[in-house]
Amino acid sequence: MTLAFAVDVGLALLVLAVAGWSLAVRDAFAAVISFVAYGLLLALVWVRLAAPDVALTEAAVGSGLTGLLLLSASARLRHAETSAAPPGPALQWAAGALCILVTAGLAALVLLLPEPAPTLAPAAVAHLPATGLGNPVTGVLMVYRAIDTFLEGVVLLPALLGVWSLASDSDWGGAPILRHPRPDGALTLIAQALPPFGIIVGVYLCWNSADHPGGAFQGGAVLAAMWVLILLAGLADAPPIRRRGLRVLLVAGAAVLLAVGLAGVELAGAFLAYPEHYSKPLILAIEMALVLSIAVALALLVAGPPVRTPS
Amino acid sequence: MISTTTLFGLSSAVLIGFGLFGMIVDPQPLRKILAFNVLGGGVFLLFGVIARRGAGAGLGGDPVPQALVITGLVVAFAATALAVALLLCLFQATGQTALDEAPPPAPSVDP
Amino acid sequence: MMQDPSNLLVLALILPVAGLLLTLVMGGRYASRITLLLAPVGLAVAAALVVSVVRADDALVYYLGGWTPPLGVALRADGLSAIFILTTVVVVGAIGIFARAEFRVPPGQVETRTSLTFWALLLTLWGALNLVFLSNDLFSLFVALELLTFSAIPLVCLEGSAKTLAAGLRYLLFALLGSVLYLLGAVLLYGAYGTLDIGLLAERVRPEPVAWAAAALMTTGLMAKTALFPLHFWLPPAHAGAPAAASAILSALVIKASLFLIVRLWFDVMPALMNPSAAQILAALGAAAILFGSVLALRQARLKLLIAYSTVAQIGYLFLIFPLIARPESVAFAAPDLSSALTATVVSTSAWSGGVLQAVSHAFAKAAMFMAAGLIAQSLGHDRIADLSSIGRALPITVLAFALAGMSLMGLPPSGGFAAKWLLLTATIETGQWWWALVILGGGLLTGGYLFRVLAPALFGSRESVILRAPPARYREVVVLALALCSVLLGFVRLGAFDLVQIGRLAKAGMGLP
Repeated sequence: MTLAFAVDVGLALLVLAVAGWSLAVRDAFAAVISFVAYGLLLALVWVRLAAPDVALTEAAVGSGLTGLLLLSASARLRHAETSAAPPGPALQWAAGALCILVTAGLAALVLLLPEPAPTLAPAAVAHLPATGLGNPVTGVLMVYRAIDTFLEGVVLLPALLGVWSLASDSDWGGAPILRHPRPDGALTLIAQALPPFGIIVGVYLCWNSADHPGGAFQGGAVLAAMWVLILLAGLADAPPIRRRGLRVLLVAGAAVLLAVGLAGVELAGAFLAYPEHYSKPLILAIEMALVLSIAVALALLVAGPPVRTPS
Repeated sequence: MISTTTLFGLSSAVLIGFGLFGMIVDPQPLRKILAFNVLGGGVFLLFGVIARRGAGAGLGGDPVPQALVITGLVVAFAATALAVALLLCLFQATGQTALDEAPPPAPSVDP
Repeated sequence: MMQDPSNLLVLALILPVAGLLLTLVMGGRYASRITLLLAPVGLAVAAALVVSVVRADDALVYYLGGWTPPLGVALRADGLSAIFILTTVVVVGAIGIFARAEFRVPPGQVETRTSLTFWALLLTLWGALNLVFLSNDLFSLFVALELLTFSAIPLVCLEGSAKTLAAGLRYLLFALLGSVLYLLGAVLLYGAYGTLDIGLLAERVRPEPVAWAAAALMTTGLMAKTALFPLHFWLPPAHAGAPAAASAILSALVIKASLFLIVRLWFDVMPALMNPSAAQILAALGAAAILFGSVLALRQARLKLLIAYSTVAQIGYLFLIFPLIARPESVAFAAPDLSSALTATVVSTSAWSGGVLQAVSHAFAKAAMFMAAGLIAQSLGHDRIADLSSIGRALPITVLAFALAGMSLMGLPPSGGFAAKWLLLTATIETGQWWWALVILGGGLLTGGYLFRVLAPALFGSRESVILRAPPARYREVVVLALALCSVLLGFVRLGAFDLVQIGRLAKAGMGLP
């Protein structure tokens, strides 16, 4: 057994243990903390699976932003009085049997997956030079399956609108308040020190995504996390949701991609196709717009519904 | 001696089982949301294992599933954010976090 | 550029999305106007799409970005898609007109919570539905399902009361469970066959364990989203708690999107897997839905809840089509005599056409019903069934619309619902599955029962005078009546027009039949 494999086994067992613990432990706060740890371990697994782009996204979104979201939620639900009774033992045993069945079935299917595995890697690589990109994942996201990225930019909007609509009618148009009730020194320090680096990292991740791991999603998630930290520490206030500039930022990514896509109909023969030699600059432009939209949308999803402060 | 990909594939199956159990059984909505994230993480991990198996043409993995997982992670986060916001709003309105799970068997009497 | 009719697919997709982006930026004051401007354009696009599909006599395909599957994503419009896209835009347009008065921004204010949320999410629902009907890629369909969920939930709790919040959260948790099970199935399919394109999967799928597991997972997930018994109990509080205009589209179309995908899955992606026992199980659940939904509807005290339980029941009819459509292998490729092959085709088409007609006429009827209930609730200030006596005198047009919609739901001639049930009954007799005929007829009786509970006192009550808080605007009543009439007039459509639903069916192509 090589060292690498031993590490992998250890990692897998740790992931399962931490995930199981986070679902089993009774205190909500402890559950969320172990969930954040689970996310970071999962990011390591992604590195072991040769998927650095996914590892970045998992760390930033799955662990970082989701962790911040669940932490602030569990803090507010700390003293929740719950009258929910756990389901009877019959249902628990039935559910347990079902889940064991599902796990066993999936495990069997994993072992039965075809060999050699069908893959689109050769096709993705073959067409990459024509797009001017070096990172095949960016190629998939921005060229071959650009529609998914477009829909991604769109799908954040109803989710955000849904969060906003939970405000009362009189609070509409105000700004969300994410300030921690008693921000302690450590939080303020982190929120002052980290964002400059975070912003550089976020922009770098996006700017270099053409040839290196990174992209609008990862960069946007890092930027969003920085902004959430600043909001939590009370160093800045969220903008009111009625601001037109905010709305423009939110739709910018999808709008630019839509415009380029429509131009592609005339200039390149199909919706979301790129004209011959302009693909790389166009892709960069789209990513710049997307990173802004995604950063704003993700941060505001954490920030919650608006509140009107008495003026 | 199983390979790394098979190891993580089996782990993903276990994660899916954990998440599914948590979503069905735990009465607390916040726990269900956590379980949903574990379940989703397991599904994405399985997709990543499939991507790794598709390594070739000089790449460490099939880029298509990797790209789709990235999209999926963001969608799952948006879903979590909406669910949490709903839960907090419900808590603010009722002071409880329980969902009335029992289906209404009798005609609902409304004033 | 415009000569190529497949451009219509892209147009159908981006029109609502562009509307959403515009609405967010321009704000609530312009929101309703944007929707009402886009609806007629969308109608033209949908009509042109139907005409193009008929003229081509084959499905229209569009490769996004010029990339062909498996690397790229394709859009595909067959006859079924075109019909549903047309139905969607008609319902959206009617809702737009109906809801103008309810979700407008009062003069002096820039934007209100309900105005922006309602119109933006209506547009998103429209776009997401079109994507479900057009996308040929399993992952894009996953994103479409999420788009539907994120748009529907805030509409359910738009009112903001604790009950609607709880209903919304329960709906969300069910929907998320369904989505993730669907995604798991799609992941397994990619792992086994290396593609997520429906057309390519149809060629590559073999009846083996991984395909079975994927089919089971995806069907279960989609069943949860379609509220098929026993995963139905999130629906009544959610659809009843939403504002009437939103309930209309939720019950009419959103719930059929996941059913559309179940049909796509079984008949386009994996026809070889369709075995009789699976079909009988699905139909049995459908029968249970009809029974439980109708009995619970009979016991409801509030009109909107009654209509919501009616949705649970009516969805059951649509699952009866599974055992009624002939299996491809039963039409033995080496069919020695042409007549048996033709009989199988005829059975297959009447069940298929019956199912589509049921779905479309239910969409119009249910939307009309919810909107009528909304008008009644606004006019009377309540929707207690016990106190609806004689409202037929005070709200003649509204109650007439409700009655016509009910006629279609019950399956009374000459409505669209009747024609649909007639086709389904024909199919049950021809496949010799007479027990489903009993279910269909029994369901019609039960439907009549709970609708009679509402209509009899409304039309024939003896209360002297009904006090209205505010009479409904005439144009709103007319819109509701028009929708109800659509549902009834479908019954007059020539049987030959149903050839449209057969255009582009993949399984048919595989069967080698004309």
